[in-house]
Amino acid sequence: MSMLDVEDLNVWFGDGRDRVDAVKSASFTVAAGESFGLVGESGSGKSTILRAITGLARNWSGRISIDGASLSGAKRDRSFYKTVQMVFQDPYASLHPRHTVDQVLGETLHLHGFRDIDARVAKLLDDVGLGNRFRFRYPHQLSGGQRQRVAIARALAGEPDILLLDEPTSALDVSVQAEILNLLTDLRDARQLTFVMVSHDLAVVGHMCDRLAVMKDGEVVEIMGVETLRNHQAIHPYSAALLEASVVG
Amino acid sequence: MSGSQTLRGWLLTDAPTSRRHARLASLYKGWLSLRSNTMAMFGLGILVLLLLTAAFAPVLAPYSWLAQDLGNRLQPLGTEGHLLGTDSLGRDILSRLIYGSRITLYIVALVALIAPIVGLLVGTVAGYAGGWVDVVLMRTTDIFLAFPRLVLALAFVAALGAGIENAVLAISLTAWPPYARIARAETLTIRSSDYIAAIRLQGAGPLRIITKHIWPLCISSLIVRVTLDMAGIILAAAGLGFLGLGAQPPSPEWGAMISEGRRFILDHWWVATMPGLAIFTVSLAFNLLGDGLRDLLDPKDGGQ
Amino acid sequence: MTLLEVENLWVKFPTRQGTFDAVRGISFSLGRERLGIVGESGSGKSMTGRAILRLIRKPGMVEADRIALEGRNLLDLPERDMRKVRGQDISMVMQDPKFSLNPVMTIGEQLIEAYQLHNKGSRAAARQTAIEMLDAVSIRDHDRVLRAYPHEMSGGMGQRIMIAMMLIPNPKILIADEPTSALDVSVQRQILSIIDDLVRDRGMGLIFISHDLNLVSEFCDRVLIMYAGRIVEVCDAANLHDAKHPYTRGLLNSLPRLDAPRKYLDVLQRDDAWADAPSVDART
Repeated sequence: MSMLDVEDLNVWFGDGRDRVDAVKSASFTVAAGESFGLVGESGSGKSTILRAITGLARNWSGRISIDGASLSGAKRDRSFYKTVQMVFQDPYASLHPRHTVDQVLGETLHLHGFRDIDARVAKLLDDVGLGNRFRFRYPHQLSGGQRQRVAIARALAGEPDILLLDEPTSALDVSVQAEILNLLTDLRDARQLTFVMVSHDLAVVGHMCDRLAVMKDGEVVEIMGVETLRNHQAIHPYSAALLEASVVG
Repeated sequence: MSGSQTLRGWLLTDAPTSRRHARLASLYKGWLSLRSNTMAMFGLGILVLLLLTAAFAPVLAPYSWLAQDLGNRLQPLGTEGHLLGTDSLGRDILSRLIYGSRITLYIVALVALIAPIVGLLVGTVAGYAGGWVDVVLMRTTDIFLAFPRLVLALAFVAALGAGIENAVLAISLTAWPPYARIARAETLTIRSSDYIAAIRLQGAGPLRIITKHIWPLCISSLIVRVTLDMAGIILAAAGLGFLGLGAQPPSPEWGAMISEGRRFILDHWWVATMPGLAIFTVSLAFNLLGDGLRDLLDPKDGGQ
Repeated sequence: MTLLEVENLWVKFPTRQGTFDAVRGISFSLGRERLGIVGESGSGKSMTGRAILRLIRKPGMVEADRIALEGRNLLDLPERDMRKVRGQDISMVMQDPKFSLNPVMTIGEQLIEAYQLHNKGSRAAARQTAIEMLDAVSIRDHDRVLRAYPHEMSGGMGQRIMIAMMLIPNPKILIADEPTSALDVSVQRQILSIIDDLVRDRGMGLIFISHDLNLVSEFCDRVLIMYAGRIVEVCDAANLHDAKHPYTRGLLNSLPRLDAPRKYLDVLQRDDAWADAPSVDART
């Protein structure tokens, strides 16, 4: 049973002469509990796919369905936000500079209609390995890794099934990246999450994902299993070249 | 943590333990930065003095602001019992200045409440909604901006009648457009940030996003702008008073006092000069404080 | 032969809680070689690069016993002479070319200006040099690029132009601070090989500052590993994977690898003793 189904997706920005096609007839499916990677260079449209799914990119055509239910337009209903959540690339930009961790998580829980907010904030902070002593800090009192943990806690607050990860570690140091990736692995097991992970780093995608799509200039050029990636058996010349450039000899 | 922890240490912590603690700590850090700015503290000092003067006017003033003594009119500075002399009706200028501080504060407080709030509302809604809402709101703002301030205020007062409340209303109506512009510009950058996208993905509606997420970030730059504009507002109020369109005699409004003193400016210069100095001092104080606040609250510093 | 010698370099920032030391007494030297400086954010690696050129902004302070460029102590130079050093002797390439190029001047004008700043010569000669420099960074369509504005260039193209501009005065040392971090992997390789050729052909010294251990080990001759403002280890780049220090080992092991899949990555266990241990002297 597929959790996320994307079929013939086109996303564009602007109108008429200024129209830029960011994604061109992309199709892929992600099964429940699977981790799917989207890799490509900057401008390949990989992040735009996530923004179209979440309604942050308004202009798209094709078919996107979540757990069998089709989406339309840019409006998403409450049940969508309870099913799909996103973690952004830059933890320095994804937290409100004047809100404490407590405010960020408390408001999110309130929006999802929970009552026992206090207990849930504490639980969420525990789940992402921060603990209560970080609860009343402002973002500028946190390191990059700690901020990203808060962002992950926020995404998990509504107890979603699908987590969209937009380069979640590319702004972090490698040692912090390892901690965050381990945390995501743990959370995936504990909550049976489905991941869609965008990254330019093939090693990260190879570590986290079961299957991946390689994108170039808005098109999906190849979808392969992670074994194919590890064994350097990419078929499309572009994915082979990308793999070549990423692996340090 | 330990009992020996000082209050200062508690306030300077990087790891607050409660909501109240977090808020107090961040306020205290702001206060420390402001305190290190001598000029801003000087301005703040004058304004605190002004507040105290207004609050304790009956205690401080040697005479009533209305008490006339025609036998004692137009006494120079330093006259026995009249430190700043008397005006054309023999009223003590010092007492009138002290009572006048209440009117000045009243004008300042009202304008500071009305203009930035109207501007904030218009600017953030225009910036966040975009499209035709933006066009309608911002073109209205442009129309208000296109009129010279004092002329527009004059027109309002002429239509509504002279008086201090109408003067305040007129000044507020001419003062909000720049705030709307600032608020809109800030909203446009904030709107496209990741943290707004993130809260939208939690299902937050536009009302919540504007009031809880965009306003707190716009307010600091508006506060700075208001303090810097305060001088202009006081001067505009004084100007209306001077033209006889604001506070009416015998009110001890500083502008109106200058207006009265105008007739004697050559022979009895202090009658117009003393209220002028008062206006100058308070305007300067607001400007100094505004400069300090700008260094402190400028969002470009990342709130650190 | 030693081009640059740095002895006991400190970079300090006064804060409300006392002085913060970003770099704490490091010593190293640079010959005609490719020297890598690696570390995580906050390790002081970028500050080191800037401190050499005395580019630390106030209220930050640079202190050192010696920063000598071919025997001349840069610390004693007045700001005017220092400006000359920055252009002619030591050049710096930053992470993002977008912030380093002037957005309202064409690339041609900027290259020509850079030339005329350091050389007397006609505009034609300047243009000729500009074209040579573009050649050096493998840009073929000179005319189009010279007429273009920075925003019309891709990230990789912009970075090449930055390098071209830095090469015009023919510097002895190039400091490259994360020159490829903002670029895609395929472009990254091209830029690195361009830098590599230039350093080799011109006998320059290169200080390559990066967070990427693999990149540095592949690309440099000698590597300094920085932690908390100090050098914790110096090793030959080729032997980086056999590094001894637990910090270096921890960094290497925390990287995900395609050829060695595992469920959990190793997490770096930090030891306070690393920050307290004296800095390793990296002078040769």
